[in-house]
Amino acid sequence: MGRRLSAFNLVSLALGLAFLYLPILILVIYSFNDSRLVTVWGGFSTRWYVQLAEDHALQEAALTSLGIAVASATLATVLGTLAALALTRLGRFRGRLPFSAMIYAPLVMPEVITGLSLLLLFVAVELDRGFLTVTIAHTTLTMCFVAVVVQSRLGSFDSSLEEAAQDLGCPPLKTFLTVTLPVIAPAIVAGFLLAFSLSLDDVVLASFTTGPGATTLPIRIYSDVRLGVKPEINAVCTIFIAVIAVVVILASLVTRLGERHGAAG
Amino acid sequence: MGDSRAGVIARPARPQAGRGEKFPVDRHARRLYGDHDQLSRRRDRAMPPDPAPPPDPDPRPMVRFDTVTRRFADVTAVDRLSLDIREGEFFALLGPSGCGKSTLLRMLAGFERPDAGRILLAGEDIVPVPPYRRPVNMMFQSYALFPHLTVAGNIAFGLKQERLPKAEIETRVAEMLRLARLEGLGGRKPHQLSGGQRQRVALARALAKHPKVLLLDEPLAALDKKLREETQFELMELQDRLGTTFVIVTHDQEEAMTVADRIAVMNQGHVVQVGTPSEIYEQPRSRWVAGFIGDVNLIEGELVSAGPDGAVVQDRAGRRFLAEAASFPAAPGGTVALAVRPEKFRVSTTPPADATVNGLSGRVVDIGYLGDLSIYKVRLDDGTLVKASVTNIRRHAAREIDWEDAVWLSFAPEAAVVLGE
Repeated sequence: MGRRLSAFNLVSLALGLAFLYLPILILVIYSFNDSRLVTVWGGFSTRWYVQLAEDHALQEAALTSLGIAVASATLATVLGTLAALALTRLGRFRGRLPFSAMIYAPLVMPEVITGLSLLLLFVAVELDRGFLTVTIAHTTLTMCFVAVVVQSRLGSFDSSLEEAAQDLGCPPLKTFLTVTLPVIAPAIVAGFLLAFSLSLDDVVLASFTTGPGATTLPIRIYSDVRLGVKPEINAVCTIFIAVIAVVVILASLVTRLGERHGAAG
Repeated sequence: MGDSRAGVIARPARPQAGRGEKFPVDRHARRLYGDHDQLSRRRDRAMPPDPAPPPDPDPRPMVRFDTVTRRFADVTAVDRLSLDIREGEFFALLGPSGCGKSTLLRMLAGFERPDAGRILLAGEDIVPVPPYRRPVNMMFQSYALFPHLTVAGNIAFGLKQERLPKAEIETRVAEMLRLARLEGLGGRKPHQLSGGQRQRVALARALAKHPKVLLLDEPLAALDKKLREETQFELMELQDRLGTTFVIVTHDQEEAMTVADRIAVMNQGHVVQVGTPSEIYEQPRSRWVAGFIGDVNLIEGELVSAGPDGAVVQDRAGRRFLAEAASFPAAPGGTVALAVRPEKFRVSTTPPADATVNGLSGRVVDIGYLGDLSIYKVRLDDGTLVKASVTNIRRHAAREIDWEDAVWLSFAPEAAVVLGE
């Protein structure tokens, strides 16, 4: 806190940030490029954004992606949190080890395999591929991330907090809702955001499990880019970055407000 | 010269418990004499303590453990334990770690269920009652303050569960903040408080619901020594004012001696002795209790005779000692030990003139200077090592007794306790 930034720290910070954000910055800059050529600067313009407003296919893909991301992240957060609770709270139940191994398997499983097996499953049960199947596929991938994040928070959770709540007259379920959940809320929100962003940028699982009418934005961009990078794509990506930035900022604000509200209540 | 040498000695455990004992005796006597009017109790504090308080005339227990057993896997944490805790007393469960004292407290709070036996609270069996319906509250060792709530929110938590009107909750919270000297801190979060303040929030939160019994699980373990000592007196003051039954779990014998009216000394799932601090210290019932509470010297020997005049014990070297005793742990001829606390010895360079006192002779092998006390380790003629402590009354006094000096240790018959095997 009181320590000042030394030159060394400043340089490392700048290098790290540049490595992470320079490509994105270039993308954002070129989205305002007047030239049709992606690599030649032809002056400032917002024409690609105007053109985007008329590209209904791309808009639809964006909405599909957002819908799938919200739905799968919500589902994954609920399932992942429950799994984390089972893993930390049930103690040494029979089959705990296989269960935890199975929860974490999708983390290391190649997405191609997950995607292929899900495809086979959906074909076998004759489920029409589309919004629902992609959402399910993304949930299977992202719930283990949520489980890991929430489980690590629950691991450091002082169980005497729950005992204290019960000691003060709070029944178990209410204790979970008024003490446990608020304390682990930041981890749950972090898990949700992780699931959300993983779903938003997934190409592999989506391409296996999607069907007509449910093209996600990454698939759309991917197929478009194969025909050559168009400046509209830069514009789409810029908007996407803006959306994600707003979501993340909002989420952190909500978490903080929630803490303050909990304090008052 | 002696001082510099003494500095090398590892500092032995202080037999300090003896100093704390005065207060609890005083409180005990006051409680028995005084009615429940606070003012008169207060005045009684100044009265000299009665040396032998009569047994409690109304032993209506607030809490009764009735042959309670609790096992964990293959360990029996609490073994057929029976214990009464009286209304309005400050009761301490004292013992080494793993003796079952915390399990006992957690069973009272409802976090553990006994495998057998009953637990009565004000005459009612509370074993089937879940923790959130028991009229007892606990102060946790880790304090367990809710990190997402403010100080006021923490204190109000229990009151909200009772669905009290908002105005009453506010009044109660304000009262608790005042009681715990936390005025002006109601809006802070726990992480913005010092350790001592957190401890007081935990206490205020546990007291806010006016529990029938307040349970304290090692409540002062996280505080530094000086703050801990101050807080001990605050706790006593608070308990006195509220009249609530307090049950404290501690492994710190000094703490138990200081705060408690009565102590249950526990070991391996059993209560080995229950009594006032002075009873526990001055009349330990076993070698284990004598050794656990404070320092003690044990002189092994054989009971020669036992009668109204006291017990005569003969040690292996053939020396005979007289000890005052009301009851005898062995028949004449049985093996006994004479327990003498270090501060009961008088250390002198000449044999005791009075023939009625017991005397031991030996040579000083170690001197530990603690400031208020000096500890002399004396090797008796038969090789036994004995510890004697002497209060340093004067400053700058040249040490009368030095290393390798031949000394006499004498003790009065009433200073020794006869213990069985």
